[in-house]
Amino acid sequence: MTMHPLTRVLLGLACILVGLWLVAPTLVVVPMSFNENKSLAFPPQGFSWQWYQNFVTNPEWSTSFFNSLKVAVVVAILATVLGTLAAFGLDRMRARPAGLLRMLLLTPMVVPGVVLAIGIYAVYLDARLVGTMTGFVLAHTILALPFVLIAVQASLEVFDKRLETAAASLGAGRIATFRTVTLPLIAPGILSGLLFAFVTSFDEIIVSLFITSPYMKTLPVQIFTSITRDADPTVAAVGTILLCATTILIGGGLLLLGRDRRSSL
Amino acid sequence: MSASDAPSERAASPRRSWGPLALALPALVLLVAVIGYPLATIVIRSFTEPQAGLQNYSWFFSTPVNLVVLQRTFTISAWVTLVCVFCAYPFAYAMTAVGPKLRMLLTLCVLIPFWVSGVVRTLSWVILLQDSGVINSMLRSVGLDGVRLIRTQTGVIIGMAQVLLPFMVLPLYSVMKGIDLRLVQAARSLGAGPIRAFFTVYLPLSLPGVYAGAIIVFILALGFYITPALLGGPRSTMLSTLVQNQVLSLLQWGRGGAMGVVLLVATFLLLALAGPLMRQRHKQGTR
Amino acid sequence: MSETGKQRGAAIDLSAVSKAYGSFRALDDISLHVEPGEFMTLLGPSGSGKTTTLNVIAGFTEVSSGSLQVGGRSVVGVPAHKRNIGVVFQHYALFPHMTVGRNVAYPLALRGIAKAEREARVKRALDMVRMADFAHRYPSELSGGQQQRVALARAIVFDPPLLLMDEPLGALDKKLREWLQLEIKRIHRELGTTFVYVTHDQEEALVLSDRIAVFNRGKIEQVGTGRDLYDAPATLFVGRFIGDSTVLRGRPRGDRSSTALDIAGETVTAPHRHAGDTQPVLLLRPEKLTIRRPGSDRRDGHNRLSGTVSEAIYLGSGSKYEVRLRDGSTAIVRSPLTDTSFAIGETVELCFRGEDAKLLADDSTADTTLT
Repeated sequence: MTMHPLTRVLLGLACILVGLWLVAPTLVVVPMSFNENKSLAFPPQGFSWQWYQNFVTNPEWSTSFFNSLKVAVVVAILATVLGTLAAFGLDRMRARPAGLLRMLLLTPMVVPGVVLAIGIYAVYLDARLVGTMTGFVLAHTILALPFVLIAVQASLEVFDKRLETAAASLGAGRIATFRTVTLPLIAPGILSGLLFAFVTSFDEIIVSLFITSPYMKTLPVQIFTSITRDADPTVAAVGTILLCATTILIGGGLLLLGRDRRSSL
Repeated sequence: MSASDAPSERAASPRRSWGPLALALPALVLLVAVIGYPLATIVIRSFTEPQAGLQNYSWFFSTPVNLVVLQRTFTISAWVTLVCVFCAYPFAYAMTAVGPKLRMLLTLCVLIPFWVSGVVRTLSWVILLQDSGVINSMLRSVGLDGVRLIRTQTGVIIGMAQVLLPFMVLPLYSVMKGIDLRLVQAARSLGAGPIRAFFTVYLPLSLPGVYAGAIIVFILALGFYITPALLGGPRSTMLSTLVQNQVLSLLQWGRGGAMGVVLLVATFLLLALAGPLMRQRHKQGTR
Repeated sequence: MSETGKQRGAAIDLSAVSKAYGSFRALDDISLHVEPGEFMTLLGPSGSGKTTTLNVIAGFTEVSSGSLQVGGRSVVGVPAHKRNIGVVFQHYALFPHMTVGRNVAYPLALRGIAKAEREARVKRALDMVRMADFAHRYPSELSGGQQQRVALARAIVFDPPLLLMDEPLGALDKKLREWLQLEIKRIHRELGTTFVYVTHDQEEALVLSDRIAVFNRGKIEQVGTGRDLYDAPATLFVGRFIGDSTVLRGRPRGDRSSTALDIAGETVTAPHRHAGDTQPVLLLRPEKLTIRRPGSDRRDGHNRLSGTVSEAIYLGSGSKYEVRLRDGSTAIVRSPLTDTSFAIGETVELCFRGEDAKLLADDSTADTTLT
């Protein structure tokens, strides 16, 4: 469709502005992380690596980082297994109950974070789960589960079940069919569910803020308390590291996806 | 698909059995334990603590501060939604109109903030908006007075809208991608000018995406906690902060619970109202 | 066909097979015998039960009642993957994540066949369908016809004694379909395997099959060679489903030895006696009718019907006319090229010999099933 030149210019301008608004603000953490002064005031003064050093050496920061990593890895695996199983179950159910259960399983996405947080906090206080690894894993798993469910269900929807019939006609039993046909074809969905689950847990803050304890902090909790307590540029260093990691992951993923598509189409 | 396939289809369709339910059972058990039970606890406490009755709710609806905050929560959410719609619409449209390379770039623009930790993004806004922040230093360097952005409603709206924008862009894009541009051409060939063709054909077809995105953004905004807590001040407190305050600082589980229930009910009411609206629009859009 | 003398095919015996979905009877007391190495086509309109029959043989659908033997052994209750039956699907069903070579090797790998032999057999199967050059391609890189040939190779590579095909050419265009029909015929001849082929296309059935089973509403109407079905249809449904036909309906006036029909004032007679309570109808093939201008000399023993030409189609080898009879029904006539031609709207006369008409029971449901 041809566009009026003026429309084109306006659209381009709007796009650039929105794109900048989306990306640029976050980038401000990069210069701040090299600040020489212990301050988050702009513009940063001088250049130093000290905040990165602090992140690595200060046990408060490194412990919380490893806590987050541990929780996120366990959550990613647990949520992927449970979510994939549930997706298969819903896929093989009749439409009505499947729709109902799906809605139920997606509720963690829409329940306001704080409401969920005080509820879980109340239950955890009774169950002595506050500040425990188990507590974090359970809470994060249920929060990550909807993402896995959506991702796997989407790939199951595209999956041609007639291929399973074809595999049976060629001599494959149920397990062989699942291993050689179904699983490879829905693997992208499971993988993206896994990634979503990992990130959801790694970033989770609201529930974490309530169920945290001085002995068990995750990285986002540490960042939050640091921002509210003092102007420690270590948060900027952490932010920069996370930003780089995310960009590499997403960029790499998109490239991989693009290459994959080319080879299979 | 021919009708002769129908019987075989029916054969392949799931039979009544408990197998599928068993597959979903672990997830459901966890859901009940970690979502259902805690929410039930909160609802019960809101009616029973400190004593049985509706006193927590009558307190909530008779205390002016609470009502102001409730109203503010809705106002801020509405503003955030509005900002998101107006910013996301041209952006999502551009995503459908450009070549594959540019589209990749635009997609990255949406996905990177989507995946970058929300805390980190809010931190960036703190750095940008604070009195000694980027915006104020720039204003000062050109000789203007600084403006107060942090701990204001405007600051909160700017920060929240940026964090929530991807949730608006993605559903909009997926709907716009499916719009048959030949329909717009048809409208043009029938004598509609570009503006008229847009408002009578393209816009109505893209509305399902607008509704879906707006609902998601509004609901997420209602429950926002981190951004208002870090960017906001006493004059921009939202309901979530009040809930947290009641429970963690004042140990008023009943009152905090009642507030939470109000927030929860508002969320589900919105979802229930939006559901049919989206479905209906969707039908019009695809037929 | 067993000209090769290999006799590697398996016989199939369905006896009194029924399949019900709730109150709907997809198969109603079906009995069918297929000879080893035979090419049997299941022909019928949509929803007539032919695909269900195929699914029952393949093991995708369990029978509600009745017995089913393949190669002399009952397979009722045997799961599909243990039946060792090749199946070719209309939608190809190639695994998109495997190359052509791996697709074809898949059934061999499941059977634990060693790599060297596997490769040799994959190559042989791909050679047979003339797709050997494509072994390293992915299915999405192939055209529909190529994909279906790969699917065929995959279904025969493990030497099943029986090959089932469910409208395998349904999604392809006419030219390709005709060429692949010949390929399938050739492969059938070379393999000597029993083929069961499902289609709703009667021409395809006539081209391919040794015998054809005509399905209608969950029952088999008739089993026979194409010639049998064309020349001696057992029911009106079969007569109308195979080839062009003219069906004459009218008020019957029968006696012991013949049947006469009064069609809008004109009477035609056939030298057969109609039995039973149903209405008799006469079915005529287009080449048994002669078309001519009215008022020509009357020949004895010939029935005459008048009508107007409503459609004239030039076929190259001759012409086909649709003639609207006085009662409003349409007759189809084929006449050789040498004859005089007739224009649309022209009044004509149709003649036929009574013994060329096939007397059948009126099966009014046939009208509603046929489109």
